[in-house]
Amino acid sequence: MALIRLTSPHAHGPMSTQRVMQNVLLATVPGIIVLTHFFGYGTLVNLLWGSLVALACEALALKLRRRPLGFYLKDCSALVTAFLLCIALPPYSPWWLIAIGIASAILLAKQLYGGLGYNPFNPAMAGYVILLISFPVQMTSWAPPLGQGEMPSLLQALQACFTPGQYDGVTMATPLDVLKQNNSLLIEDLWQQNPQFGLFAGVGWEWANLAFLAGGAWLLYQRIFTWHAPVAMLVSLSLLAALFYDGGSSASGGSPLFHLFSGATMFGAFFIVTDPVTSAVSLRGRLIYGALIGALVYVIRVRGNYPDAVAFAVLIMNFAAPFIDYYTQPRTYGHSKRGEK
Amino acid sequence: MRKTYGFHGGIHPPENKHQSVRTPIADAGIPPELVIPLSQHIGTPAGVIVEIGEHVLKGQMIAEAQGFMSVPKHAPTSGTISAIEDRQIAHPSGHFAPCIVLTPDGRDEWIACSGRPDYESMDKLALIDLIRHAGIAGMGGAGFPSSVKLSVKPGTEIETLIINGTECEPYITADDVLMRERADQIIEGAKILRYIIGPRETLIGVEDNKPEGIAALRAATEGSGIEVVQFPTKYPSGGEKQLIEILTGKQVPSGGLPSQVGVVCQNIGSTVAIYQAVVHGRPLISRVTTVTGAAVREPQNFQALIGTPMRYLLEKAGYQPEKNRRLIMGGPMMGFTVPDIDVPIVKTTNCLLAPTEDELPTPPPAQACIRCGMCAEACPASLLPQQLFWFAQGKEFEKLEHHNLFDCIECGACSYVCPSNIPLVQYYRASKAEILQMRRDHEKAEASRIRFEARQHRLEQAEAEKEAKRAARKKAAEKRAQSAGADSGEDPIQAAIARAQAKKAAQHGAGGEQSELEMLEKAVVSAQKRLDTATAKLEEARSQNSDLVDALQTGVDKTRDKLAKAEQALTAYQQAQGEGGAAQSEPPADAAKAAIEKALAKRQAEASLSPAEKARADLAKLQQRLQKTEATLAQSRSNGDEEKVIEALESTVARLTGKISAAEQQLQQAEDA
Repeated sequence: MALIRLTSPHAHGPMSTQRVMQNVLLATVPGIIVLTHFFGYGTLVNLLWGSLVALACEALALKLRRRPLGFYLKDCSALVTAFLLCIALPPYSPWWLIAIGIASAILLAKQLYGGLGYNPFNPAMAGYVILLISFPVQMTSWAPPLGQGEMPSLLQALQACFTPGQYDGVTMATPLDVLKQNNSLLIEDLWQQNPQFGLFAGVGWEWANLAFLAGGAWLLYQRIFTWHAPVAMLVSLSLLAALFYDGGSSASGGSPLFHLFSGATMFGAFFIVTDPVTSAVSLRGRLIYGALIGALVYVIRVRGNYPDAVAFAVLIMNFAAPFIDYYTQPRTYGHSKRGEK
Repeated sequence: MRKTYGFHGGIHPPENKHQSVRTPIADAGIPPELVIPLSQHIGTPAGVIVEIGEHVLKGQMIAEAQGFMSVPKHAPTSGTISAIEDRQIAHPSGHFAPCIVLTPDGRDEWIACSGRPDYESMDKLALIDLIRHAGIAGMGGAGFPSSVKLSVKPGTEIETLIINGTECEPYITADDVLMRERADQIIEGAKILRYIIGPRETLIGVEDNKPEGIAALRAATEGSGIEVVQFPTKYPSGGEKQLIEILTGKQVPSGGLPSQVGVVCQNIGSTVAIYQAVVHGRPLISRVTTVTGAAVREPQNFQALIGTPMRYLLEKAGYQPEKNRRLIMGGPMMGFTVPDIDVPIVKTTNCLLAPTEDELPTPPPAQACIRCGMCAEACPASLLPQQLFWFAQGKEFEKLEHHNLFDCIECGACSYVCPSNIPLVQYYRASKAEILQMRRDHEKAEASRIRFEARQHRLEQAEAEKEAKRAARKKAAEKRAQSAGADSGEDPIQAAIARAQAKKAAQHGAGGEQSELEMLEKAVVSAQKRLDTATAKLEEARSQNSDLVDALQTGVDKTRDKLAKAEQALTAYQQAQGEGGAAQSEPPADAAKAAIEKALAKRQAEASLSPAEKARADLAKLQQRLQKTEATLAQSRSNGDEEKVIEALESTVARLTGKISAAEQQLQQAEDA
């Protein structure tokens, strides 16, 4: 047998892109379980339908682009996009909403830019924002948590998705909505008067956030990403919340703990902000990137028009990532601090 | 324990070192043929000093160093030079290069050689020269001539001498077994190096995955003042720059040499070779090579002669060619694939790795970069490999340089961790080569641009000088004219008229003669000058025996003729001037007057003619013109001129005929009247 010629290195580590993606999928499982527990089967139906649409969109785009289907589909990146978007969507979303969101994410935000690795914006968040702007009603009706009215059955969940006209679900304002609309009550009173609030954040929400935190910690342990961006985001969000807590007055922006465990905070910090493709690459850059997302999340939550803000904050910072990269090049071995020789 | 420092990045690939250290170093013996490439080091290849058929003894120099960055080659055993020809060598490109082929006689007979155990009485430069003559080049893989490394610029203070026993590449154990078995030789070699360099401290750096080697070294260093430093295993701590940072905390400036931070590094293998050369007078003719990988049955280390074909060594280790798809010289991280199993081992062959497909699988096709940043975390040079990859793909060379591409040591850590299997290092290598080529091209273009501009400048200067001279002459002339006018104190307008008149007059008459005289004189002077220059050139050419002598000779002759003619013309003119000052012809200024008079007379004559006579004259003229035109037309036709011309002539004929008939009528009328 003739000897083959290859360039060094000849050894390769165990990590693969497929494994990275699979790990991310796996890490969302605790959060999905908690969401299902508190809000019913809606999230699961979202995921099921969303994944199918995502794979179909990805396959279609690959076919149009004349790329080998198997090779690209098995990197699991379309599934990750589907999971991230479907977790963020309200449970019991109609099928067309999910389809539009997924199609926008995969076709517009990802494949039009050249597919995996070439997209400047986080596809899931781009899809989410397109839906939020186009269908604000559907996008802001969240199901009531466990213990607040009857929990829909699996059949009802499927009905809600596929025959949305025949399903009349109950919705309820999320804790972030309630806080946003409050302008007269002290935080303490608000807490007592609204059943959505739980131990330190919203009922269900606090547990979902903890579950996503756990999943994120596991990914960190697996060295899928570094701690810099998520920690920077959480720290800057907490700092701002602490700064403007105002002792829990009626003008308060909410406590740091409330912000950390409400809405998409943990999910965003560990699953969205850490998206390698669209974030800054140097470690210092990731600190800045994460911190600015945290700050934007707080500003939009408290001062903006939308109750939650992770998607907008992330998209805005996606714009800034290349700029941050440019100014945060690490000091190369043998160079002085200013990057000069 | 000594404090060690960390370095950024690094990876922990499976070490796979245990396979080849189970047995002591084995002597590979003498193969049937030895192929010694002339270039086994960085720098100029050595020059052959033997002839085909010549019998050489073991250790005899067969090729000598050519210049500073070069080392000689020696016969690895006694035998006959059977060929000096191009053979395929161990190089990533698989190219053929000049080699000396030696057929051993089996006697393995040493040339007389004497060591210098008393090296401390030797001059340091002489010692460096001795090392150079022993053909020692860095045996860790790069093959940098050791003597060059030891020739530290005078005035540079070396704080630390580092003996590099890191051997961080997986699989390779050549240095490890040297430490285990020949620690005393390493220490002796280190002492020699210490004597040459005179550092404040001498350290031997070893990764903590070689406890046996460290123990052996520690035992041998007892009381020598040489310190064995152990530090955590991490690839690539054995890179010179990384090792320096680990042991001293200092970083070698980008593009600089270790000596700039007061450090000199030598490899373990080179240190042993230096010991052999100095103490025993034996040149570098063999080395320890690890033969390993799952495709050999008995992985082990061999003491192999330089020039031994790889096949010979592999077969000694139980090579199973059916299991092996790629043969790597060096380790799995930085080694390169060998084009053919018959290429010889050289001074830098620390390892032959024959892996099976399971052991080192052929990499799957690369996926897209997801910018995960694992490469940046692994990079020991703190580069941003994913950005470099991006720029390399887009051939954005400026950005590549801005992102310090040239600080990449090609260790392969980034490719190792890349989840998308992107051959990053290959992109960097290609880009580096391209940029270097561009730099060379640019330098060339720059040189020719400078040459061109210098020439242009020269020409312009010459032109400007001429222009200046011209302007000066003009100015002087004006000044003369002005001063002449000013002297006479006349009205300027009057003066101008007078000047113009004078100029007009100068065209004829006395003024004209004056200028003609001047011109003739000038012609003589310039011819004289030209003759002088031509003669001088001819003399010069003759003195230099130039080929141009003949050509110049004809030139001189011609110029001489011209001079003679100019002189003749001048004399003739002067004579004419002298003879007939009064016999000058009437000034032609009156010619116009005469013409006017003639024309007037003609008109008067015409006026005096009767109408009939006038008409007759007109008719005669027209007839004459017609005749002429018809003649031309006939000629044109016979010449086969262009149709246009013929047509034009025909129309002229027609017109003239018309005119003639009109004139005849007029004449008729006039006569009737």
